[in-house]
Amino acid sequence: MALSRRGVRILSRTVRWAVLVGFSVALAFPFYWMLITTFKSSPDLYNLKHNPFLFAERPTLEHLRLLFGETLFLRWFANTTLAGVLVVLITLALALPAAYALARLTGRWGERLGIGIFLTYLIPPTLLFIPLSRVVASLGLQDTIWAIVVVYPSFTIPFSTWLLMGFFKSIPPELEDAAMVDGLTRFQAFARLVVPISTSGILTVVIFTFTLVTQEFVYALTFISSASHQTVGVGVPIYLVRGDVYYWGSLMAACLISSLPIGFLYNLFLDRFIAGFTFGSVK
Amino acid sequence: MNRSRQPWLGPVMLLPAILYVLALVGVPFVLAFFYAVGDVKVGSTGYHFVGLRNFQSVLESPTFRRALRNSFLFTIASQVLVLVGANVLALTLKDAFRGRRLFRFLILLPWVAPVSIGSIGWKWILDSLYSVINWVLVRLHLVKPLDVPMWLGQPTLAMISVILVHTWHVLPFSTVILLAGWTAIPRDIPEAAAVDGAGYFRTLFQVTLPMMLPIINVALLFGVIFTFTDMTVIYILTRGGPYDTTQVLPSLAFFTGILGSDLAEGAAISLFLVPLLSVAAWLMLRSAHRAEVT
Repeated sequence: MALSRRGVRILSRTVRWAVLVGFSVALAFPFYWMLITTFKSSPDLYNLKHNPFLFAERPTLEHLRLLFGETLFLRWFANTTLAGVLVVLITLALALPAAYALARLTGRWGERLGIGIFLTYLIPPTLLFIPLSRVVASLGLQDTIWAIVVVYPSFTIPFSTWLLMGFFKSIPPELEDAAMVDGLTRFQAFARLVVPISTSGILTVVIFTFTLVTQEFVYALTFISSASHQTVGVGVPIYLVRGDVYYWGSLMAACLISSLPIGFLYNLFLDRFIAGFTFGSVK
Repeated sequence: MNRSRQPWLGPVMLLPAILYVLALVGVPFVLAFFYAVGDVKVGSTGYHFVGLRNFQSVLESPTFRRALRNSFLFTIASQVLVLVGANVLALTLKDAFRGRRLFRFLILLPWVAPVSIGSIGWKWILDSLYSVINWVLVRLHLVKPLDVPMWLGQPTLAMISVILVHTWHVLPFSTVILLAGWTAIPRDIPEAAAVDGAGYFRTLFQVTLPMMLPIINVALLFGVIFTFTDMTVIYILTRGGPYDTTQVLPSLAFFTGILGSDLAEGAAISLFLVPLLSVAAWLMLRSAHRAEVT
């Protein structure tokens, strides 16, 4: 009770750092553990007498060699990149015009429709995967990367449309009005003026779509059954395990490599995603 | 004026996206109901209407009832932890300080890394033989070396483990949403309360938390949806085991419908997600509507 102002300040600062450090350690620990495991030799890893936090033997690159040389990891990486690029293209091709229409051309009911489209993002894969597995099969796409290329835009388009709609609304409409006075049609004004100045909004959508593609698990697990057609998100946790044997060293190396780059990218664009999720109720 | 000249342009630009989403979300959504009242199996081509038979057989199964209970336990327990943790964390992160960006990045990792990848990391940490947690516990003499906890092998511990790992995954997401809310509260409002003599906790609970309620709702709604409908953490960590004791609705639907080839019963199980999702969607519409009005 009798704490001085200075005492209170020091106390509150100490509490803050304790909370921050505690949470960061708990939340980031698995990634630190992946790092340690990646470079630890197998005899060292699987010796219960060794302190797991220290290197009892020399660090090794053996797990990485195994991962890149003898597993399908690079193949999964290529598959994920290919699927990511194609899904991004489909998403942009459909979401850009749709978002523009909702922002400018459809008036009051456009807003309602926008929210309706956004809400479809909430219908989860675990509700749709059973019927979709049949749809995919009847299209002859099962066990190919094309299955997910076709299906993923069904959840990237809604959120991207929503994000881009907000973005287009922030552009002054006078821009296109002026262009149309100069003889451009509405669509030309959209394609030649609005899209080029929207690069940062488009980039946000690209990153968001790409992260969703790498994070998706359920559809890829359901539609693709051969190891060589998989993405990183399913390939690593399911197919790096041979029989019942877990090769923890290379498994953790794969985890580390596939999570850090996407983590950096996402972090850069974070604030824009959040604005999308909060319906702009926070400005 | 221009709108009247090309009244078809808006719909034409909008239509492809709507058709795409309708074909791959709307159609399977309807199909799910259609399957659930039929007798569809993988490989079979015929379809016979069987009424509510699938729902009846599902409801009679103890595994299903366990999964239903687990789904609620999984969702409620993890969301309580997430709400408390995320609010505390957001409060400590809201003011600028040196190293804030680094902390934010570290804290975000569990959300941005693919969840299947993060889960397999935990599987190693919770390994039955080489668990680092058990190593520490043994070193601290909290457990005996030959009697270490089987984190994923014993039903109660397994349920606790999947709840905690899922909490670990969703916590950063809620934190950043709440952070956006906390930073949006004008500084002078809590300061005015402090000048009027309200202490820290009084200001927190009577002034700032009520202002935060709408954004807390948003974070909670997304958290509930992401948790109630997810099966990744459970699939990777326990495969629903031991003996189906950590099975939730989505994972059970997967095991029944996809791996067990009984599409009809799998669809029936997954439809039990719909009531809660509808409530969430309705609440979200309301909060979106409110944001639109203000």
